[in-house]
Amino acid sequence: MIRAEHITKSFEGRTVLNDISATFEKGKTNLIIGRSGSGKTVFLKSLVGLHPVDSGEIYYGDTCFTRLGFRELKAIRRDMGMIFQGGALLDSSSVEENVKLPLDLFTTQSEHEKMERVNFCLERVNLHGANHLYPSELSGGMVKRVAIARAIVLNPKYLFCDEPNSGLDPMTSVVIDHLIQEITKEYNITTIINTHDMNSVMGIGEKIIYIHEGRKWWEGSSADILTSTNKELNEFVFASELAKAARAKL
Amino acid sequence: MNFLKTLGQYFILMGKVFSRPEKARIYYRRTMFEMEALGFNSIVITAIISFFIGAVITIQMAINLESPFIPPMMIGYTTRETMVLEFASTVTALILAGKVGSSIASEIGTMRITEQIDALEIMGVNSASYLILPKVAASMIFFPLLTVLSIFVGVVGGYIMCMFGGVCAPEDYLTGLYFDFRPYSITYTLLKMVVFAYIITSVSAFYGYNARGNSLEVGRASTKAVVISCIVILLMDLVMTQLMLLR
Ligand SMILES: Nc1ncnc2c1ncn2[C@@H]1O[C@H](COP(=O)(O)OP(=O)(O)O)[C@@H](O)[C@H]1O
Ligand SMILES: [Mg+2]
Repeated sequence: MIRAEHITKSFEGRTVLNDISATFEKGKTNLIIGRSGSGKTVFLKSLVGLHPVDSGEIYYGDTCFTRLGFRELKAIRRDMGMIFQGGALLDSSSVEENVKLPLDLFTTQSEHEKMERVNFCLERVNLHGANHLYPSELSGGMVKRVAIARAIVLNPKYLFCDEPNSGLDPMTSVVIDHLIQEITKEYNITTIINTHDMNSVMGIGEKIIYIHEGRKWWEGSSADILTSTNKELNEFVFASELAKAARAKL
Repeated sequence: MNFLKTLGQYFILMGKVFSRPEKARIYYRRTMFEMEALGFNSIVITAIISFFIGAVITIQMAINLESPFIPPMMIGYTTRETMVLEFASTVTALILAGKVGSSIASEIGTMRITEQIDALEIMGVNSASYLILPKVAASMIFFPLLTVLSIFVGVVGGYIMCMFGGVCAPEDYLTGLYFDFRPYSITYTLLKMVVFAYIITSVSAFYGYNARGNSLEVGRASTKAVVISCIVILLMDLVMTQLMLLR
């Protein structure tokens, strides 16, 4: 479980996150939704410590993350996996080397054991045989799958995904969403996903937090979201013609 | 004020680079890789430029020293001194700043804006040390070898001009090459190159690491890396020459 309490963050005097509190549950796909520029990425990066927060506290289980020293921070980071919006694979390394890097850095396994784990993870994301390709040779969906494989290679307890299906076609998006959800259940991970894709919200949104202009505006489940009376949330949810038509039929 | 802030940021980054390295074996592998990327791949350009400069200096000296009062061996002597004292370290370093510096800044800058550096940090890696230390180490080891190569090829370039260009008798040129040779000059030029190697890699890495935004910013960081590296190299050249030769 991850708990954020009163998180505030500003850049050069401009407030981007304004007093956000939220709880993210274990074994569930927790979604952070909101329009582009609402502060989702900044919030996610604050949760993992890539952006230092101005005020507020973040707890991983009972550990106060915001007050950790360097050593403890490093230890807890071994339990984190993150999938960045563009994949963020190392360009100069092959698929295999990308997935293996965390094992090289943090385990004392033999080369054989490492390769077994790498192949297992690539298999898990349906990418067997892509070992020796370079990031420039991969399609958008493959990049995301390699990023997922790299994120889970050390058996993380926490998984963070920044718009995991941005830039993908609807079918590939669904595949990636379900992959993330399956992994979450399989290993009982606390998963947090940033998205502005309503298909993801309806498909895998077990717990949803809606952020609007840096503030938490609403929270609930995908079942509640269609019947909510929150004006800003409704504008976001029913932005597309398709969604409006679906609501008319409800 | 801005200058002081940048300088402060530079030293903070260097603190990160030289602290808490990861597994030694991985650093060794990456340093070997960088030796090839930064050093080995600069051999050809260093050789070509040194050859031509050596040849041209010899012609220039032959023209300018044409006088019955100056022995012809002075042509070989001055070519050697120019190559050893200034060209093989300072000018080679300026060229490498253009080639290696811009590539380091754009590589690390691209890694920054595509979140590859964030990805390393999330894994618990000290990204500054992991990315920058192998480059600094590789260039400090390899660039002095380029200096040695540059001296050698430059002097050979001059010799070939004597053989085939007829600017000076080859025997006189060779006599000049050995005349009044002080090993200390080699120490001086190699030491300069070690310092310049550190300047090029660390300054370029600094501008890349702090790049923000888009590809435009990476381009700007890369230009800035080259310009600032060159200025710092020339300043250090002045300082080290004062300290080491004017005694
Ligand atoms: N490093 C930064 N420096 C300054 N402003 C930033 C930085 N990162 C994000 N912002 C600003 O914070 C706001 C929220 O951005 P972001 O979290 O990326 O939005 P999104 O919800 O689309 O992920 C934007 O207005 C953006 O300009
Ligand atoms: Mg974003």
